[in-house]
Amino acid sequence: MSVNQFIVSSSPHIRSPISTAVIMRDVIFALLPASFAGVYFFGTHALAVIVTGVATAVISEAIIEKLTHRPVTVGDFSAAVTGLLLALTLPPDLPLWIVAVGAIVAIGLGKQVFGGLGHNPFNPALIGRAVLLASWPVAMTTWRWPITEAPWFGQDFDVLTSATPLAAMKLSGVKTPYLPLFFGSVAGSIGETSAVAILLGAAFLLLRGHITWRIPGFYILTVAILSILFGQDPVFHILAGGLLLGAFFMATDYVSTPVTPLGQAIFGIGCGVLTVLIRLYGGYPEGVCYSILIMDAATALIDRFTRPRRFGEVKHSA
Amino acid sequence: MIVRSRTFKGGVHVPHFKESTESRPIKSTRLPSTVVVSLHQHTGAPCEPLVRVGDQVKVGQKIGDSQAALTAPVHSPVSGKVVKIGPYLMSGGVERPAITIESDGLQEVADTVRPYGSLENLTRQDLINLIREAGIVGLGGAAFPTYFKLTPPPGKKFDTLIINGSECEPYLTADQRIMMERPEDAVLGARILMKATGVKQAFIAIEDSKPEAIAAMEKAVSKAKGIQVVPLMAKYPQGAEKQLIKVLLGREVPSGGLPVDVGAVVSNVGTAVAVANTLKTGMPLIERVVTVTGRPLKEPSNLLVKIGTKVSDLVNECGGFVREPAKVIVGGPMMGIAQFTLDIPVTKGVSGILFLDADETSLEEPGPCVRCGKCVENCPMRLLPLFISQYADAGRFDDAAAYGALDCIECGTCSFVCPSRRHLVQSIRLAKAEIVARRRKK
Repeated sequence: MSVNQFIVSSSPHIRSPISTAVIMRDVIFALLPASFAGVYFFGTHALAVIVTGVATAVISEAIIEKLTHRPVTVGDFSAAVTGLLLALTLPPDLPLWIVAVGAIVAIGLGKQVFGGLGHNPFNPALIGRAVLLASWPVAMTTWRWPITEAPWFGQDFDVLTSATPLAAMKLSGVKTPYLPLFFGSVAGSIGETSAVAILLGAAFLLLRGHITWRIPGFYILTVAILSILFGQDPVFHILAGGLLLGAFFMATDYVSTPVTPLGQAIFGIGCGVLTVLIRLYGGYPEGVCYSILIMDAATALIDRFTRPRRFGEVKHSA
Repeated sequence: MIVRSRTFKGGVHVPHFKESTESRPIKSTRLPSTVVVSLHQHTGAPCEPLVRVGDQVKVGQKIGDSQAALTAPVHSPVSGKVVKIGPYLMSGGVERPAITIESDGLQEVADTVRPYGSLENLTRQDLINLIREAGIVGLGGAAFPTYFKLTPPPGKKFDTLIINGSECEPYLTADQRIMMERPEDAVLGARILMKATGVKQAFIAIEDSKPEAIAAMEKAVSKAKGIQVVPLMAKYPQGAEKQLIKVLLGREVPSGGLPVDVGAVVSNVGTAVAVANTLKTGMPLIERVVTVTGRPLKEPSNLLVKIGTKVSDLVNECGGFVREPAKVIVGGPMMGIAQFTLDIPVTKGVSGILFLDADETSLEEPGPCVRCGKCVENCPMRLLPLFISQYADAGRFDDAAAYGALDCIECGTCSFVCPSRRHLVQSIRLAKAEIVARRRKK
């Protein structure tokens, strides 16, 4: 054995096996139930939307990084997560080219212009979705009920194009019952309709320790409490629309949300307040997407003012 | 006294890796042919040599001391001849003044080494003096002179002694074996330290992953008054002084303060045994238990090592290497220091020597911070490591200080959990050094 051949580096000399790629891969696993539910309810075009979203996101990240002479980082799976999340928030019948545009925008405008992973102030998937909604509002709000499910309420609604439960509630005061909302056999975005599938994935992320309960907990609790205060049905508001997917998978996005425990609580509460206000008083039934984007903008500020009390730190009287 | 809780907030469950040595009894090593005794192996001022090249020395003879306030004398661990006095490369790549002694193999004991008699006949000051004269320092790794710790500054008082047997660093089992094999000495040491600090209550804190050590210590304390064994949750860094005090007493050592500020004194269990040993035999601190371990070694062992023995000698004691070591660490894998040579001597603060092979040593490039918050979630000091390290990397040391850089205990939990493999504790350590240096200049 030769002397002076030892590696010298700073402690700690052992590292947790949980790398960024492992976390992103687990997020993809966690989104599989919701993806399967979407394909089950909405058919092969939904599958095509998902594949297009993921593929376009990954390819555009690689191309942009190549063009800007930076290391290609698609191996960390974060672009795949963005593409998948975007696809799950889209209507099942959205033309695939629009899906591709959304994924390019999500990666390009939502992430890479800021310098790539870790530097984006906003959730890239939601940026993609917001741009699509502004650009192709009709396509983005054309919904249909799952093929196998006849709409259970009145005959006024077309089987092929129809309102989502939130829109039906808002426009005609029709309330979808809990069971279809829970299992996902309602009109809506591919990955947002099945509460049970989303919760399954969320439980996995919580158990693996990749997310904490704080942001989704405060988010959902705030929506529930405010719904009651506004005379609404809290269970309906939790199950309908994109709240669960948003709370567990978008509002917990590491990069664009606070890192301090108190900040995470504030973030969750802020998202909840905005979601209810937008749902009840906004023009679009788009509470979740915009709430999270708005709160993302406040993240740096929230982190700054919610520093935890350090161990042994003596409170200063002002 | 009811203990508040069994753990603290934050920290992380690291793999223990203790299997290869925890069931191996402490083994005495062969007498090394040469020892290199550093004149500066404690926190504080270095010693001046008391011998000259060519002098004959005996076991336990004082060979270095200093009049400085914060210091601890050093003694010869062997009998033999002083062959060199001068700088020698020590752990971490620093040169320290050291005395090299060639052993004559006779192990003649110096006549200054005489038992001190019974604890009852010694006063508080007697005890503090004997602990100083024996050169006893914290054996947990910090190597802070023990006698200095035992004297509270004016206006402050101790009420509790904590004997730290938690040994939360992975791989290390020296303290665990000491508690299993010498529980009576550990309790005697605790009683000596209680008398020396004037406290009536003592806790012996042990992680619950060491049931045999807990059982042995519980049996040994059954006759002792005021001493209680407390099993704690096995979690890193459970053995950190401030965390221990918080867990056992519910008190937080104030930022920038010392345990004495909340009435506590913490001593490693190995230190307690060293104190007991000195009282009983009069022999100063000339040897300690070191866990020498890791996959590359043929026989990972707990060794009773003469201070000044070279690491290369310890490798031979463990049967040599069966695989190529890629990394040598003095201390544990979480806080230990990587070495570039085996030609360094054991000092009083060395609790373990760890060898890692190439498969266990990865030099992954750090990725961008994804703000996952795991470092925040797990920091036992409730700091925001991601921000402190970013400020440090950007040279914004005032901001790093404002975010509590100086409170960092450098446990490495943040770097351990970071999924982007960022060098968090490394840059925080740098920031601390810079902040302290700048404050000195002012």
